[in-house]
Amino acid sequence: MRDWPLLSLVTFLPTAGALFILFVRGDEQTVARNARAVALWTSLATFVLSLLLWTGFDSASSDFQFVERAPWIPSFNISYYMGIDGISLFFVILSTFLTPICVLASWDAIKVRVREYMIAFLILETLMVGMFCALDFILFYLFFEGVLIPMFLIIGVWGGPRRVYSAFKFFLYTLAGSVLMLIAILAMYFEAGSTSMPDLMRYGFPASMQLWLWLGFFASFAVKVPMWPVHTWLPDAHVEAPTAGSVILAGVLLKMGGYGFIRISLPMLPYASEYFTPVIYTLSVVAIIYTSLVALAQEDMKKLIAYSSVAHMGFVTIGTFTLTFQGIQGALVQMLSHGVVSAALFLCVGVVYDRMHSRLIATYGGLVHRMPMYAAVFMVFMLGSVGLPGTSGFVGEFLSLVGAFRANTWVAFLATTGIILGAAYMLYLYRRVIFGPLVKNELKNILDLSPREIAVFAPLVAATLLIGIYPGAFLDPMNASISALLDHHKQAMAALHSVTFAGR
Amino acid sequence: MGPIDAALPEFIIALSAMALLMYGAFAGDRATRGISYASILVLAVAAVALSARGGAYAVLFGGQFIVDQFALFMKWLVLIGAALAIWMAPGFNEREGIARFEYPILILFSTLGMLMMISANNLIALYVGLELQSLALYVIAAFHRDSARSSEAGLKYFVLGALSSGMLLYGASLIYGFAGSTGFETLARAFESLEGQAPALGLVVGLVFVMAGLAFKVAAVPFHMWTPDVYEGAPTPVTAFFSLSPKIAALALFVRVMLGPFADLMAQWQQIVIAISIASMLLGALAAIRQTNIKRLMAYSSIGHVGYMLIGLAAGTEAGVRGIAIYLAIYLAMNAGTFGCILYMRRRGKMVETIDDLAGLARTNPTLAAAFAVFMFSMAGIPPLAGFFGKLYVFLAAVDAGLYTLAVIGLLTSVVGSYYYMRIVKLMYFDEPSEPFERDIGAELRPLLIGTGLFTLLFFLWQSPVLDGASAAASALFAG
Repeated sequence: MRDWPLLSLVTFLPTAGALFILFVRGDEQTVARNARAVALWTSLATFVLSLLLWTGFDSASSDFQFVERAPWIPSFNISYYMGIDGISLFFVILSTFLTPICVLASWDAIKVRVREYMIAFLILETLMVGMFCALDFILFYLFFEGVLIPMFLIIGVWGGPRRVYSAFKFFLYTLAGSVLMLIAILAMYFEAGSTSMPDLMRYGFPASMQLWLWLGFFASFAVKVPMWPVHTWLPDAHVEAPTAGSVILAGVLLKMGGYGFIRISLPMLPYASEYFTPVIYTLSVVAIIYTSLVALAQEDMKKLIAYSSVAHMGFVTIGTFTLTFQGIQGALVQMLSHGVVSAALFLCVGVVYDRMHSRLIATYGGLVHRMPMYAAVFMVFMLGSVGLPGTSGFVGEFLSLVGAFRANTWVAFLATTGIILGAAYMLYLYRRVIFGPLVKNELKNILDLSPREIAVFAPLVAATLLIGIYPGAFLDPMNASISALLDHHKQAMAALHSVTFAGR
Repeated sequence: MGPIDAALPEFIIALSAMALLMYGAFAGDRATRGISYASILVLAVAAVALSARGGAYAVLFGGQFIVDQFALFMKWLVLIGAALAIWMAPGFNEREGIARFEYPILILFSTLGMLMMISANNLIALYVGLELQSLALYVIAAFHRDSARSSEAGLKYFVLGALSSGMLLYGASLIYGFAGSTGFETLARAFESLEGQAPALGLVVGLVFVMAGLAFKVAAVPFHMWTPDVYEGAPTPVTAFFSLSPKIAALALFVRVMLGPFADLMAQWQQIVIAISIASMLLGALAAIRQTNIKRLMAYSSIGHVGYMLIGLAAGTEAGVRGIAIYLAIYLAMNAGTFGCILYMRRRGKMVETIDDLAGLARTNPTLAAAFAVFMFSMAGIPPLAGFFGKLYVFLAAVDAGLYTLAVIGLLTSVVGSYYYMRIVKLMYFDEPSEPFERDIGAELRPLLIGTGLFTLLFFLWQSPVLDGASAAASALFAG
């Protein structure tokens, strides 16, 4: 088993599925039916394969595992270098977990150009998984940026009325951020002579250079996370994207920024990460409080959840830059939890959107009378988003706040107000949509969850509760990598200080 | 006198072109297709002769003509570009009623001029090659002689081209006056002996004039004004040719002149190259946004691409030249492919050229739309497509040379520029379809699109052939 190129299989199996769909022949109905089936089975097979990564993962080791390395562009010393550690493991599984759910959620909702849609999603899966596995910077950048192409098409082709504007906004914002990261990557390559991430983590960059490099990466990751004030593409993109597009956007694409901070900024640029911590704290606290208040005022359900995503990702950035064990644990779990919960919330909106074709809160009310099952499912995710103990959201928020408290009590205090606001806007949303009398005539015949929708939600409910009740299963594989990261950070800072003193 | 076989490709093209001209004069326009395919064959034979000898260093004709790895790589690209331009033409020309046998022959002559430009080792050889190339180009720009637009394009190109040739010649004479030679090696030695001292002012003026002439030929800002009009007016296969081979040859010449004889005057020319590079990137990105004609848009796009390539020249290093060489190879593929797609844009027996005509292409012709989208994403520089790697290697050189500001400006303009490429994708994929294009467009475009499309899409998998060739080309320029 160990000899298989498991990571490459997980990464490129979806592409193989996409190629297969490309060659399906027949009339439109047949093609659509086959495309759906192939996409579903491919993504399920990918998910099962990715579970082998989890079972085969050695939690005691902080090294990169399942490593594959082959020369790719030898003249530039760039290699096809893949591997995962405790930090990336669950992002890979999150990506493979959400893709079949997306395919299933789009089963009936997508009626035109099904073939292209499924191809876009499978290619997207390859790019997402590849990005979390890549250990070579050029390879990483390839996957990181490549995501733009399918996502641009998904928003633009299958999106809502203002899809063109949103697709362009998403594309240009992200591209502008990433090109600055490219400059930083090239500068690192010339300083250290390598594009391999483990090499660069060991290389101590001079302090003055770190600041510039850090800003280059920050430009890219801050847009992806997204952090206030460069978050404005997110509500637009979410509102216009088709349901499954929002799911992937919230579930995985936002995590790329957080992952980048932990994988690249912290270990490679330790001095700059400490230097800029106040900036991160400030922006994150503003994001948490400001976007929570904005979410409170939203009338569009998708927009509300989009703003809540910005707030939740604020906890991630705070946790990451506390540079404490709990903080980083919290950031990672918070990303996982947000990946499941916000994805599920977008699916919840999708369920009623498919029936009523409206995302406005005012359209609904009293759904509990006609849709009890839906109300229960929605409640689980709503509470997960609020961070009720027992759900995944609690673990993430609690741990990142513990970390924040150890690092800076004021930040912890201000961030905690965000939790209260979060409870306010989520409960308010839930009350307006689910409770109250069922007075609207057009809602009188609305149907509860179909078996397909139950199949979509069941794994998400299970994941939310599993992370909430037994977080150990997720924390254990992370721990070794996080300790190694922090030890490495301490050593790097000590080395840097000794250089500075020697220089005096 | 060096081994004469080093110039064998040039001899083959010159003699065959004259023979084909004679044949055509007697056989008339009926022979057009035959002559076209024969011309492609001639180019292929020339390529074989080129490779058979390899890029071993040789200097011929009393030091006028140089052959090295750099020339080998660039000549390959020029020959491919010319062959593609001939390949895509017959069908178009027949439908437009301009299927005349002179078209492939004029391309052969201008290709000959380009090969001489690439191998120029003397200001006089440079000028002769440039003029041979340009004269043929002036004629094919006006090839559609009944069309006012095409005639205007030819005339405009001729007048401005003559002006730029004059500037170049004037600059060359100033250089000769102050340095006492036109040979590149003598000039290089003369400037080396300056040992960092500022050269005579007249020499710098001469250098600036030569650069102005060369910038005109590569269509870099501020000498780009002819490009949009000529691109729009000329028949589409001619436009495709303009965007391929002449650009490659002119850039190769630019690189050879700047890094050969004038290498020691880098302090004098580097800032000029940086300025025209930034100006070209900015104009290419901003001016294209408002264009509605696809050929005009491609003109601005090519101006932008030249700006990126000039970054490599501004770096003035081996890595920079390698970046330019890789960029040119990729640019050749994606530009040829894009023009192949543009040739498909026909409705009711007519070429349509506004970008709105592409609306909904993904519904009416999904394969063509997918190919077009691949080229557009590649031009915008989105990985993993080939265009990204073109930019990557150029920016690598810029960062290596410490030109951070240039690199940042370049990447930001590429973000702006991506907007108009994405607008085409948007039209094809997001908008409602209009009337479909004609289907019976001839079979010859299909292999062209498949070939260039696959190259653009899969370049990232196996790039070492291009990379190795480019590395050899770059190191040849820095051998001495």
